Amino acid sequence: MQDLLYFFQQLINGLTIGSAYALIAIGYTMVYGIIGMINFAHGEVYMIGAYTALIAITGLTAFGIAWLPLVLIVALICAVIVSSSMGWAVERVAYRPVRGRHRLIPLISAIGMSIFLQNYVHLAQGSRNIGFPALMDGGFQFGSADSFQMSLSYMQITIFITTLICMTLLSLFISRSRIGRACRAVSQDLRMANLLGIDTNRIISATFVIGASLAAVAGLLLGMYYGSVDPLFGFIAGLKAFTAAVLGGIGSIPGAMLGGLILGVAESMTSGYLSGEYKDVVSFSLLILILLFKPTGLLGKPEVEKI
Amino acid sequence: MLILEDVHTHYGKIEALHGVSVEVNKGEIVSLIGANGAGKTTLLMTVCGTPQASAGRVLLEGRDITHEATSNIMRSGIAIVPEGRRVFPGLTVEENLHMGGFFNTKAEIRKSQDHVYELFPRLKEREQQRAGTMSGGEQQMLAIGRALMSKPRMIILDEPSLGLAPIIIQQIFEIIGQLREEGITVFLVEQNAHQALSLADRGYVLETGRIRLHDTGTNLLANPEVREAYLGG
Repeated sequence: MQDLLYFFQQLINGLTIGSAYALIAIGYTMVYGIIGMINFAHGEVYMIGAYTALIAITGLTAFGIAWLPLVLIVALICAVIVSSSMGWAVERVAYRPVRGRHRLIPLISAIGMSIFLQNYVHLAQGSRNIGFPALMDGGFQFGSADSFQMSLSYMQITIFITTLICMTLLSLFISRSRIGRACRAVSQDLRMANLLGIDTNRIISATFVIGASLAAVAGLLLGMYYGSVDPLFGFIAGLKAFTAAVLGGIGSIPGAMLGGLILGVAESMTSGYLSGEYKDVVSFSLLILILLFKPTGLLGKPEVEKI
Repeated sequence: MLILEDVHTHYGKIEALHGVSVEVNKGEIVSLIGANGAGKTTLLMTVCGTPQASAGRVLLEGRDITHEATSNIMRSGIAIVPEGRRVFPGLTVEENLHMGGFFNTKAEIRKSQDHVYELFPRLKEREQQRAGTMSGGEQQMLAIGRALMSKPRMIILDEPSLGLAPIIIQQIFEIIGQLREEGITVFLVEQNAHQALSLADRGYVLETGRIRLHDTGTNLLANPEVREAYLGG
């Protein structure tokens, strides 16, 4: 019984962190799907989302506004607005001017953008980590008090529900809406979409903005979950989410969701049964294994095309 | 309808079109024939705005579109069926059609869609199928249907018969004839010179980036030079 509870505890922890990874991974996978390149500044966009949320929360608290749903929604909106403008700017500054050149060039300019954003936050907010106020304490406890107690915190529930809502909205948007259809068309044949009169630059911007918005949501959630942020907050999370995207099949949105969850659970199981020190080893080993044995990822498919 | 005046087009430093002048009048079918590498596709793409002409002018219904963005040009009553069809493989037939009518209202889309299904009943049967899983002929029908969705006044077809079975080619050319009946101007690029010229009001022969001959379709078919080079003697 105890062992089972312990297992479920690891599972819950893993799914929590995994759903946040999935939210970030969507940004990598969508941008890759459309322009065939990795947005290396995406982790920073996520980090900036977390900082913005923290600033908004601090600001509201200073004005004496403490009603939790309001604080969260305002923080969320601020984070989404700032991060998505940042995502838009990354595309305009680091990708659009060098699009169509050698593939290494946008890669390098994106890394430059990432270094710039990281250092900007270093200067503006200081290098030390800043605590997130604990807004959401408590949770449900399972099991007897004298042995192992499994806990499911309100924060974890919030992360699950928010992720679920975001993913549902995104799936509906991509599969049903006019712009979503255009996103898919552009990712399959950008030139042809352009020949149908579609302003492909706007669709590309839209993908960066959507990815950045989801990263901002993840930034708020994980900032609150971990309880602090620092300028390197986006670095490891970005790498993990990138791993998740590749694991699920880069370019595939369901793949990014699945990859995030698998990675999260793998990490928490490693921490729970082996040692926390090994969790990064396990995630990146997974990345190497998938690249060796199934380079298209779990749900990624090679293009179906008939000539 | 469409006028190219002394158009030069470059790919980097290489000039692919050396001063080409072509005119397509309203309601006509005009065919452009030429060998591989003559610059046929380049000419069409110059009309569409990528690459843009480095010299000369392109006029569409009297408007100078030489330096306009592709997305703007393609929203001005002109549609293209590109070489290799280029349907969106992961989108269903219906979604592909909707992409063609992207800038129209829902009611207009419905109407155009019904019209396309009338022309190609096969597409109706395959409505929910992914375009990438269809045969080459069906994909060509879809590419033509997609182009018609925007209710263009002019349609450009780049090698619509390429790689298709003779019976499908016949069908495609019948449809092209039908487009003229509907008042759509057709600019057709083909290697299949015989069929392209039989159908055309006028034709142009492009050779290494220059217009070599220009005449009515019938005259070109009878022209010994054309017979020799493009119709197998």
